[in-house]
Amino acid sequence: MAQVLPAERDLRRVIGDGQGVPDGEVEGLSDHDLVELYRGLVLLRTYDERSVVYHRQGRIGTYAIYWNHEAMQAGSVYALEDEDWIFPSYRESAIGLLRGLPASTVLSWWRGHPAGWWNPADYNVASICVPIATHVPHAAGLAWGKRLRGESACAIAYFGDGATSEGSFHEGANFAAVMRAPLVLFCNNNQWAISTPIEAQTAAETLADKAVGYGMPAARVDGADILAVYEATRDAVARARAGDGPTFIEAVTYRTAPHATADDPKAYIDLERVEEEKKGECVGRYEGYLRRGGILTDEMAESIRTEAEQAMRDGIAAAEAEQPADPGLVFEHALANPPASFETDLAELRRVLEGR
Amino acid sequence: MAELTLVEAINDCFHVELGRDPDVMVMGEDVGRAGGVFRATAGLRDAFGPDRCVDTPLAEAGIMGTAVGLCMAGFRPVCEMQYDAFSYPSLDQLITHVGRYRWRTGGKMTFPITVRMPYGGGVRAPELHDDSPEAYYVHTPGVKVAIPSTPSDAKGLLAAAIRDPDPVIVLEPKLHYRTMRGEVPEGEHIVPLGQARTVREGTDVTIVAYGSMVPLAEQAADALEGRASVELLDLRTLKPLDEDALLAAAGKTGRVVIVQEAPRTAGYGAELAAILAEKAMLDLRGPVLRVTGYDVPYPYWQIEDAYMPSVERVVDAVEKLLEF
Repeated sequence: MAQVLPAERDLRRVIGDGQGVPDGEVEGLSDHDLVELYRGLVLLRTYDERSVVYHRQGRIGTYAIYWNHEAMQAGSVYALEDEDWIFPSYRESAIGLLRGLPASTVLSWWRGHPAGWWNPADYNVASICVPIATHVPHAAGLAWGKRLRGESACAIAYFGDGATSEGSFHEGANFAAVMRAPLVLFCNNNQWAISTPIEAQTAAETLADKAVGYGMPAARVDGADILAVYEATRDAVARARAGDGPTFIEAVTYRTAPHATADDPKAYIDLERVEEEKKGECVGRYEGYLRRGGILTDEMAESIRTEAEQAMRDGIAAAEAEQPADPGLVFEHALANPPASFETDLAELRRVLEGR
Repeated sequence: MAELTLVEAINDCFHVELGRDPDVMVMGEDVGRAGGVFRATAGLRDAFGPDRCVDTPLAEAGIMGTAVGLCMAGFRPVCEMQYDAFSYPSLDQLITHVGRYRWRTGGKMTFPITVRMPYGGGVRAPELHDDSPEAYYVHTPGVKVAIPSTPSDAKGLLAAAIRDPDPVIVLEPKLHYRTMRGEVPEGEHIVPLGQARTVREGTDVTIVAYGSMVPLAEQAADALEGRASVELLDLRTLKPLDEDALLAAAGKTGRVVIVQEAPRTAGYGAELAAILAEKAMLDLRGPVLRVTGYDVPYPYWQIEDAYMPSVERVVDAVEKLLEF
C-alpha cells in the first residue's frame, strides 16, 4: 500500500482525474448550479490573466496574482447567500465580482485611484485587506454582531497559509469560537508565503490541525477542486447558521504564479514542480469534469469566456476613463468630522499646486 | 449634581449611554463579571446583560479587531484596554484599520469605536501599568484623542466619544480615579470634543496641561501665588486640538510652560511647542518650555517620583521663564 503523505491526509476531492480516479458528485447541485460555478471560475480566471497583461502594459500597478486560486474563491462564494459577508485578502481582490462589484472598481483599486473605493455594505464585501490576517478579527466581529442581532447572515474570511502564523489569525479564530460567531475561516494554503515554504511556516502536520486548539471543526479539501470547496463551505455555512459557530477550512493548492507582479520566484521555487502543478490547475480540472458529464458544450464554454472577456474590456475601459483624482480627496473620508486644519492645509496645497 | 469620584463618573456615563442607545456595547477584559479592574463598568452586566457588557478573551488586538467588525454590523463598541501599556498589541488594528477603514470605504461606512484606558503613573504599580501613550494615538490619522482631568469631564468626554461617528481614544488618569471627587451633572452630559477649558486665569505665565498633569499644574500655580499669576489651560482633547484656545492662552501672557507626563522626545508637548513657534512667535516673550517625563522606560515604583513631573519642576520652569 502506498504511503499517504501528510499533505494528503483527509484531503477531500470530488473531481476525478479522467483516468483511474472516478468523478464524484455533490448532492443538491443541479446542472444549472454546475454551470454557474463554472461561470464564476472563468470570470475570476479571466480577470486574473487580463490583470497580469494590464500590469505589463503599465495600465495597473503592482498586482497580486491569484492564478489557480479561483476554485477556492468561486466554489466557496457559491455556497453563500447574498446577505453573507465576504472578507477578502489581497489574494481575493476580485472576489467581489461574484457579487456584482464592477471589474472597473477593482481595477481602479489596483490603479491606485479612489474609484477603487467601494461601500462594503453595497455588496457585503469588505475592503481588500492588505496586511496579513488582520481582517480575521473583523470577520469574527461582524459575524458575532450578526448573531447578536438575531440575523441569519454569516461571514467568511479568506487568508493564506502564512496568515496562520500571525497573532491576528489566532485572536480572530479564538474570538469567533468563544463568541460562537457564524464564521467560515477559509485558508487558501498555496504552500508559499512569498518565498517561505509551508514547512518553514509551521511545524503542524496540517493547518487544519490548528482548529482543534480553538475548539472548532475543520475540513481539508483540494483547493483546485471547486466542488470539494463548495461542499465544505456549504457544510460550514450550515453549521454557522445553525448556531454552532465557526469552521476552519484548509484548501490545499499550489502557487503556480509569482506572489505578485513584483516578485520573481525563480530564486526560490522549483520551476519543474510549478510546471507539474499547473497540469492540475483548477479551471481545466473542472472543465474536464463538466465535459465528461456532458454538462458543458463548446458553445457554452465559448459564450462564458466571451462574456468574461467583455466584462474585462468594459472594466479596464471604465477604469481608464476615470478622471484624474483631485488632490482635495487627500483630505476626505478619513473622518466624519474633519478638523479645521484640513481646510487650511488644502487651501495651502492648492495655492502651491496652482503656482507651479 | 452629584459628587462623584472620577471612576464613578465614568460608570455613571456608561449607565446613561447604554440606557439611551441599544447599539452601544462595552467589551474588554474583566469588564463584565468583575465590573472592570477599576470598577469603571460595574453593574453594567447586570443592568444590560452579558451581550452588552462583554467579558472578552484576553487579546487586545482581538478586542479592537472584532470591534471593527461589530461596527460593520451596526454597533457602537466601547473597548476597554485594561491598562495603558496593555493597549500596545491593539496598535496594529488601530493603525492598520481603525483609523483607515472609513477612508477606505470612501466615507460610506463609519466606525464609531471608543477605546478607553486608564493611563499614567504615580500609583505604585508593577512595570507597564504606568505609561502615558497618548503620542502614539495622536500620531495615528483617523482617530481622535481625549484626556479628561475631572470627574465631570470624564463623564462628558466619554459620552461625546461614544456618540461621535469617528473612532475616539479616551485616556483616563488612573491616579485620580478615586482620589478626585467633583460635581458631575446627572443624566445626559456631554463635553464636546475639541474644546479646551480655562482652569484659572492669570497674567504672567500660561501653563498648558492635560489629564493627570492638570491637578499638578494647579498645585504649582498655588505654590507660585504671590510670585506669578498663572493662566492654566486644560486641553481636554488632544485631537482635534482647540488651537484657538491654545493661542489665546499663550498670547495672554507671552510665556508658556507645557506639562506632560509622557517621555519628552516627540511627545505631545513638542507638537504644542511647534504650533506656538509657527503661529504665536510674535506673542511670545520667551522660549516655550516643557516639563515632561524623561526618555526612559517608566521606572520602578520606588523611584517613580523622580520621573514624574513635580510641582517643584513646574515651578522651576515658570521661574526660569520669568527670568528670561
